Amino acid sequence: MHPPQTVRPSTDAAHSRRLGYSYRRHLGERFIEAILFLMAFISVVITLAIVAMLVSESLVFFEHVSLWDFLTDTQWTPLFDDAHYGILPLVSGTVVSSAVALLVAIPLGTITAIYLSEFAPFAVREIAKPFLELLGGVPTVVYGYFALLFVTPALQKIIPGLPGFSLLSAGLVMGIMIIPYVSSMAEDAMRSVPMHLREGSYAMGATRFQTALRVVMPAAFSGIAAAYILGISRAVGETMVVAIAAGMQPNLTWNPLEPAATITAYIVQVSLGDLPHGSIGYQTIFAAGLTLLLMTLAFNILGHVLRKRYREIY
Amino acid sequence: MRDDKNLNEIRTIIARHKLWDFVFMIVGILALMIAMLTFMALFSHMLIDGLPRLSWDFFTSFPSRRPGSAGILSAWVGTTLVMLVTAIAAVPMGIGAGIYLEEYASKNLITEIIEINVTNLAGIPSIIYGLLALGLFVHQFGFGQSILSAGLALALLILPVVIVATREAIRAIPLVIREGAYALGATKWQTVSHHLLPYSAAGILTGVIIGLARAIGETAPIITIGALTFIAFLPPSPIKDEFPYISFEWLMAPFTVMPIQMFNWVSRPEEEFQVNAAAAGLVLVVMTLTMNGLAIYLRYRMRKNLKW
Amino acid sequence: MADAPNQYKSEVKSLSFYYGAFSALKNINMRLHEKQVTALIGPSGCGKSTFLRCFNRMHDLYPGNRYVGEIILHPDNVNILAREVDPIEVRMRVSMVFQKPNPFPKSIYENVAYGLRVRGVKQRALVDEKVEEALRGAALWDEVKDRLNQLAYNLSGGQQQRLCIARALATDPEILLFDEPTSALDPIATASIEELIADLKDKVTILIVTHNMQQAARVSDYTAYMYLGEVIEFDVTDTIFIKPKNKQTEDYITGRFG
Repeated sequence: MHPPQTVRPSTDAAHSRRLGYSYRRHLGERFIEAILFLMAFISVVITLAIVAMLVSESLVFFEHVSLWDFLTDTQWTPLFDDAHYGILPLVSGTVVSSAVALLVAIPLGTITAIYLSEFAPFAVREIAKPFLELLGGVPTVVYGYFALLFVTPALQKIIPGLPGFSLLSAGLVMGIMIIPYVSSMAEDAMRSVPMHLREGSYAMGATRFQTALRVVMPAAFSGIAAAYILGISRAVGETMVVAIAAGMQPNLTWNPLEPAATITAYIVQVSLGDLPHGSIGYQTIFAAGLTLLLMTLAFNILGHVLRKRYREIY
Repeated sequence: MRDDKNLNEIRTIIARHKLWDFVFMIVGILALMIAMLTFMALFSHMLIDGLPRLSWDFFTSFPSRRPGSAGILSAWVGTTLVMLVTAIAAVPMGIGAGIYLEEYASKNLITEIIEINVTNLAGIPSIIYGLLALGLFVHQFGFGQSILSAGLALALLILPVVIVATREAIRAIPLVIREGAYALGATKWQTVSHHLLPYSAAGILTGVIIGLARAIGETAPIITIGALTFIAFLPPSPIKDEFPYISFEWLMAPFTVMPIQMFNWVSRPEEEFQVNAAAAGLVLVVMTLTMNGLAIYLRYRMRKNLKW
Repeated sequence: MADAPNQYKSEVKSLSFYYGAFSALKNINMRLHEKQVTALIGPSGCGKSTFLRCFNRMHDLYPGNRYVGEIILHPDNVNILAREVDPIEVRMRVSMVFQKPNPFPKSIYENVAYGLRVRGVKQRALVDEKVEEALRGAALWDEVKDRLNQLAYNLSGGQQQRLCIARALATDPEILLFDEPTSALDPIATASIEELIADLKDKVTILIVTHNMQQAARVSDYTAYMYLGEVIEFDVTDTIFIKPKNKQTEDYITGRFG
């Protein structure tokens, strides 16, 4: 690390006889800026490419299948001779597994966040935070293994007749997997509530729990909402846990005790096979992907609106 | 003035509220324990099943139809090569974008679009990146189901992580450092390359490690591009005996990676293969935990040493 | 001022305070007179705010803080620093207004009602009544009565500070602590807060920290000059400002303080 004094004056400036405008230097700077801009703009290109790719392949798909059938048919059997293309069974699988996951992750994540931010002694927080962060880094395929070979057999002891694949088991594990995301983001939001607000509440004779519930959480509302939205979009887009533990059989059901494929699990199932590029089966995964993208996009927009509307204003 | 009755009333209320405090504290500790204990259960389950399987042979053998002699050689070599491509693609691009957004971008519509877009990219499910890679890299560009396609797909996936880490690290540098450089006649790029980048290197590195750790464990996008799951050979070596000594053939080679290998074994019905899955999972978890742990440690040291 | 202990709201007896090993207050002895304004003055870092925050046990919020000595609250004659005394109970009887206005991100009404809610008061009519009374007491009622449900952040800085005073008043505290309440405000808002403090002393005993000597002279009945964690001189305000007994106090008052 060099201190600022070691910056050498540019040789151009040193040799110029009078003060002037160095076009060469200026051009170099502009060139660098342009390259950096392109790098930043690539992110937009990626988004456009994703949308273009999903939409163009889906358009071909919708030449074969009417949008009405896609949205209302209750069967999804694109690879059978008697092909049906109703997305509903995949959506129901996605919704049920996500709902189970969120029923676990949102309460536990919120409680963990409040506990760590407002209650935990310094030492506990210093240990628990990195640990939770580590949990967030465990590959999802490992959680899938865990759901299939540990959680499902355990659940089968409590719920006799639970099949080997179930939305419940996948959802539960997914929920625990998502806790660190929800809790760490919600905790960050709560910790950034300034101390003087907390002091104001304590000075009125409030307890920790009252302060947390009545002052800190409302003040951190938008950050906590953003944490929930992140949790939702992770649950909806999660692939490996459901592909491994919830089964790959499309099944229009709202019962978490049944096996069912999610949108993501279907894409995995097709990708594991060997469908020729350009076939209708190939296009179905893009139509499914577009549905998934629209679902997560809706949540992202909702999160954005919430954040804009309830920006922290301490 | 306060009389005793009033005071007693207050004391009852406080006692009740404190009970709530206590109850919540217990609930909080339990909630925290659930996440941690689950991980403990997961890890010990894998340890018990997989540890006996971990041997030198396991790392140096190809996958096999016989579970007892199957190994993860092609998987870890594949993971290493894919990560190399990912890092080479994502790191410069992410840092460049981060620098642009933090130091160069003026407040205008395009900047705002880029910023919103980076946030949104981070929220797109990984399998969607797989679909993009399938359509674009595999078919459109004709890279096929290769290391290059997989590496690029994962690079796109972790790009937002690198961008955000770069921006945060650069933002943490106080304005006086920039002004000090400008006051000595440095250009913008000189300020960035002589000061901002070196001073934020540790923060950026942390982000890169976290991004790569995430990429190592990603399975869905790689399944989507149609990576084969039974690979009993290694990609061609990047170093050759004859001129020009370096070869890029490996970029186009078919491959497998650790999480795919694990997924493959998990989905087998035979119990012996599930033991292999546990062993592979153990290796995978240790790899990602080590990387994440390194990143957390780096950040911790950085915070301790930060003196501005 | 009649017979002995009753004229005092509070007595501080050999109070010392430690942040870890650092001794921030050293052996302080003084008294707060019932329904009078007592000001704490002194250079920054002299421990005035630290002293003030002992009165509602704010230091209990952070680890490593330690009190030695007593602060006796009358008429009950209890030491509020005693370990067995609940800091929450102390705070319910001793309110505080902070340096920077810190309304909660809630409506004006809910801000003032907060103390009542914390005490579990549910009756709507009673809360309404207390909120109005407190807002009137803080000279804010006329300005906000038509927009009680608006967010408190829409108020100006001076209004926010008066809202914080109303919040502190709504629960009928016995002592009101002010920690440099005007340092973040403009002169006009400052004047209105000072006026308010003068009005409030009919109802409540006030302890105020200020770095502005004129303010101390204007609003207080008693003044304590503090330096390096000690009370150098404590007396009737006029005496402190006109005839200080201590050389250090005189130097500070007359601006000769280095």
